[in-house]
Amino acid sequence: MSDTQTGTQPAGGPAHGAQPLANELPVKVRSRDVNVYYGDAHAIKHVDLDIHQHEVTALIGPSGCGKSTYLRCINRMNDVIDGCRVEGTIEMDGEDIYDPKLDVVQLRARVGMVFQKPNPFPKSVFDNIAYGPRIHGIGNTKSEMDEIVETSLRRAGLWEEVKDRLSEPGTGLSGGQQQRLCIARAIAVNPEVILMDEPCSALDPIATAKIEELIDELRQNFTIVIVTHSMQQAARVSQRTAFFHLGILVETGETEAIFTNPQDQRTQDYITGRFG
Amino acid sequence: MPETKSEHTVRSFDKELTHLSQTLLRMGGLAEMQLAQAIDAMSRRNTDLAAQVVQNDVQIDALEQEISELAVQLLALRQPVASDLREVIAALKISSDLERIGDYAANVAKRSMALNQVPPTEPSHTVPRMAQLVLANIKRVLDAYVERDPHKAVDVWESDAEVDEMYTSLFRETLTYMMEDPRNITPCTHLLFIAKNVERMGDHATNVAEVVHFLVTGSQIQGGRPKGDTTSYAVVSPPEEA
Repeated sequence: MSDTQTGTQPAGGPAHGAQPLANELPVKVRSRDVNVYYGDAHAIKHVDLDIHQHEVTALIGPSGCGKSTYLRCINRMNDVIDGCRVEGTIEMDGEDIYDPKLDVVQLRARVGMVFQKPNPFPKSVFDNIAYGPRIHGIGNTKSEMDEIVETSLRRAGLWEEVKDRLSEPGTGLSGGQQQRLCIARAIAVNPEVILMDEPCSALDPIATAKIEELIDELRQNFTIVIVTHSMQQAARVSQRTAFFHLGILVETGETEAIFTNPQDQRTQDYITGRFG
Repeated sequence: MPETKSEHTVRSFDKELTHLSQTLLRMGGLAEMQLAQAIDAMSRRNTDLAAQVVQNDVQIDALEQEISELAVQLLALRQPVASDLREVIAALKISSDLERIGDYAANVAKRSMALNQVPPTEPSHTVPRMAQLVLANIKRVLDAYVERDPHKAVDVWESDAEVDEMYTSLFRETLTYMMEDPRNITPCTHLLFIAKNVERMGDHATNVAEVVHFLVTGSQIQGGRPKGDTTSYAVVSPPEEA
């Protein structure tokens, strides 16, 4: 990995690890020397990673390699786990997200999350979407809220399928629809970054393809970080791939380069199915 | 540069890749033998051997077909990436170069059968020397494939210039003979085509060298290839009447 410094990056030291793309997008989330401990267990070791704006970054690696742990650092989900300690710096737009003065609720509005299993609230489709905006005081009038709900569902590619069932429970939708509902819920508060933790692992191939198509569209407006066990999925949806192993960020680079000519033996062995 | 020696978790994948590579080597060996026999048939004016070379070409074609089926199957069922992907792509590309080499060897054999029907001419000694050089390059590039040696591949890639130069000088030589005596035109034209075929085989050997380099390193050979074939611009004027 070579040190790079490009004009598009805000001041604050050279970026480690990332190979510059031809027209490199600015860094949205910058991590430096991030360490995570669960009690005495050192789960993530000295991770330096740049996540670029309007790119899909895929985190891959065998189970227990720390990719989900790292993902959860980005919206401070690890704060709620007992005995979990995060060290190092993670900055979003140059702002330290672990600053004690920072409002975590606000941070999570800016950094949305979609989980492995679709987890709609036991409420109507409409209320699933409206819940977040209401908390954050967006969409105060009925017509404003209607518009937010419709726009969010449209952007998640779900509107046509649910527009006549807005008052029915979200849990009554199919698995793939539920997951898109969760994505619509995440984007309803207009976040900047969306974190996805294996969003397709519980879905069939068609529903998976729909989500992948959606991810590609959402990239225009959001910065996306996705954890996936499917190497094919990482290759299909991401522009940049980061490979974790035993808590170490082994290699990061353009997805195309990682899948045709990885530089590290461990990456090579993992993606070609030689261990893990 | 990752050079993976360890096995896949799914071992049948390894078996398929090995099978692919072995089939390619069989094809390479056959192409090499076809060229050697075609040269032999030509230098010794052996029509039977030439006919045999022409017949054997179908074997190379069948192997190319087999490789392309194996490769398609591997791509569809295993979705290889990184070095595994390069392995499959390399086999596909190399096999089509070897298939062309086989075709040219058969052409050489056909034309040598025609040559045997007319008296020998002088340039027929130069062509086999050039062909031996190309044969050596094909051998070496197949070695480079087996040994996964990018340096050897670059070596072959660079040494093709010598073949080109021989071809250029042979081109001028044949033209001179044709001007001297119109009865030379038939054999010399066949020889010229044979030489061109051999020169093209050399080019395919350099293609294989490029693929071997890509297979091992994941990158293309840098820089332009030295070229010595200037026949496209060659003009040979008849000697002045005394």
